Amino acid sequence: MKLHEFQTKQLLSDFGLKSPQWGVAITPDQAEEVATGLGTPSFVVKAQVDGFRRKLSDAYLVYSPAEVKKAAGDLLQRKISDYGGLKTQSIKRVMVEAAVIAERGISLSLFVDPAVRGIVMSAQNCDAAGNVAAFGQAGVQQLTLGTGHTFPEYDVMLFAARLAIPDNARNAFSTLTHGLMRAFVELDASRIEIDPLAIMPEGELLALSAVLTVDDNAMFRHPSLFALRADDELEINAQSYRLNYVSLDGDIGVAANGAGLGLATVDMIRAAKGRPANFMDIRTSATSVDIARGFAMILDNPKVRSLLINVHGGGMQPCDKVVEGLGIAMRRTGRSLPTVVRLAGNNAHAARARLEDFGCRIIDCADMRSAAEHAVAEAR
Amino acid sequence: MSILVNRQTRVICQGMTGRAGSQQTAAMMKYGTNVVAGVTPGKGGQRHLDLPIFDTVSEAVQQTRANASVIFAPPMHAAAAMIEAIEAEVPLVVTLTEHVPVLDMVRVCHALKGSQTRLVGPNSEGILAPGVCKLGVIATGNVRPGGIGVVSRSASLTSEVIAQISAAGLGLSTSVGVGGDLVHGLTMKDCVELFLADEETEGIVLIGEVGGTEEQYVADLLRQKKPRVPVVALVVGSHAPSERRAGNAGALLVHGRDTAAAKIAALGRAGVIMAESPHLVGETMSVALRNHKEQNQPRSAAG
Repeated sequence: MKLHEFQTKQLLSDFGLKSPQWGVAITPDQAEEVATGLGTPSFVVKAQVDGFRRKLSDAYLVYSPAEVKKAAGDLLQRKISDYGGLKTQSIKRVMVEAAVIAERGISLSLFVDPAVRGIVMSAQNCDAAGNVAAFGQAGVQQLTLGTGHTFPEYDVMLFAARLAIPDNARNAFSTLTHGLMRAFVELDASRIEIDPLAIMPEGELLALSAVLTVDDNAMFRHPSLFALRADDELEINAQSYRLNYVSLDGDIGVAANGAGLGLATVDMIRAAKGRPANFMDIRTSATSVDIARGFAMILDNPKVRSLLINVHGGGMQPCDKVVEGLGIAMRRTGRSLPTVVRLAGNNAHAARARLEDFGCRIIDCADMRSAAEHAVAEAR
Repeated sequence: MSILVNRQTRVICQGMTGRAGSQQTAAMMKYGTNVVAGVTPGKGGQRHLDLPIFDTVSEAVQQTRANASVIFAPPMHAAAAMIEAIEAEVPLVVTLTEHVPVLDMVRVCHALKGSQTRLVGPNSEGILAPGVCKLGVIATGNVRPGGIGVVSRSASLTSEVIAQISAAGLGLSTSVGVGGDLVHGLTMKDCVELFLADEETEGIVLIGEVGGTEEQYVADLLRQKKPRVPVVALVVGSHAPSERRAGNAGALLVHGRDTAAAKIAALGRAGVIMAESPHLVGETMSVALRNHKEQNQPRSAAG
């Protein structure tokens, strides 16, 4: 689960992370009001989309509340594209933050490193403009925090020394390291990024940007975080139907049973010069009604022109259950589309027999590549 | 010969009395797996699928001399189930549960250090050794015993690839799903080492995905130690709609080693034969085996 920057800063402030003063706005007028309230000489206006600011071009540095209003107006009518241009999203909120003049900065991130099977904090120095700069030892410095419950203070001090943290900021840095570590474990984070963390002349540490990703698998331990979700609404709904769903911008609706098979399917559509409208992985525990809800999401998307269903029926998810789900969705939405199927494994024959009654164009392919090619041709 | 399992493998199932546990345990037994007991806390003394149920793993191991456990427990109980099996010194633990919190797995891996246990998974489809046993959820189709070893991070692609291997007329030694999660037990590299140490393995298939750096470690291993059998790989996710890593520190740390393209390049440099498309894995292995045989045969016309 991804959170917006302002939500991240709010949550992490309980663990000792400090930020410049800020406010959030959904209209240009509101943004101007927030800026007037902050009363500082300069402001940073940042797009809040899909969890975080992606590029410098999605933010403005401006010098008056009137300019804040203009910047907010520009950002709020923009769309941001991601996933290599496969997906776009509009900006619904901006964050207005007091601009600060920092001595220098650090790119800081905490994540689970599969190689050490533990939590790692990595950091790199940068200058006031955010460029990688030479303070302390060159390159990325790492501090292994293990399971996060205990780690020696001595290691933190050495880490700070390698980064050449100024003497007047050492204590704050150590406190922040412990605080972020505690946040990582208590919030079940899979990633925390402070990029950059500003080191102020008096030794204060301020987060100029913050990203927090909470482990979706641990959401059962954090019911209060559900309300803060910044993710795509369709994708959230899909989770309750036991589907992994990602909305994309193309015209071919995709369904596969398994993430690997789904990724292979998307790769093959791209190889055939087509564009997927979504990625849908049907989990083993999904019922035919769950699957029907997933197909209904695909059919409700007016851009979709063909369907590609790639199923290798295993022990838990036989082919006919997937096809049954498709049938229910077509009846409920009243929309049917040319459907390319590649069915193998358990109950493939039963699934084919069912398809004959659907009354839509069905192209039955023996292998995945020809299925991808047919789906691309049908969408043209 | 198979790796990790053999005819002496005696299996308990943790979470056998649940819906998925019941269904899959029955399927495993039907395939010929020697399941000896189930473990569900609070249901000790009952019988299920005509097998005894125990409250704890250590009790079950003591009473039945089980040497492997398959875990079906739900995500919130999976870590505790794994740690219980590790503490009971079960030599092989296979966790099928998906959606286990990553920090729970950090704790489980901490418990694994210095233990007797080999953990496969979580989020694994399990282990299939045709003619020996099946520990998990794998479509067995027309699969028959043979010399090809499969190591996979993807359950769905495993069923697909072993069907392709069978269609190419080849037999399967063992298929191991290491699981698609970031932090897990046995690695792809561990499995490749086991296959290389097994003299009857004639070829190895790797099924990789975008994310993590496991495939890179296999590439490092194969560069250092030239394998005596052909290794074929499929890596999916070149156009993955997954979250992009943002921010300097993280991106710099992995140097882009977790992309599908980087993995394909690294495995290629290590002499691994890449399947050109996901539907060609069986065929690619079949051709690789033929070429391998020709290269290693003494030239009859020599002299």
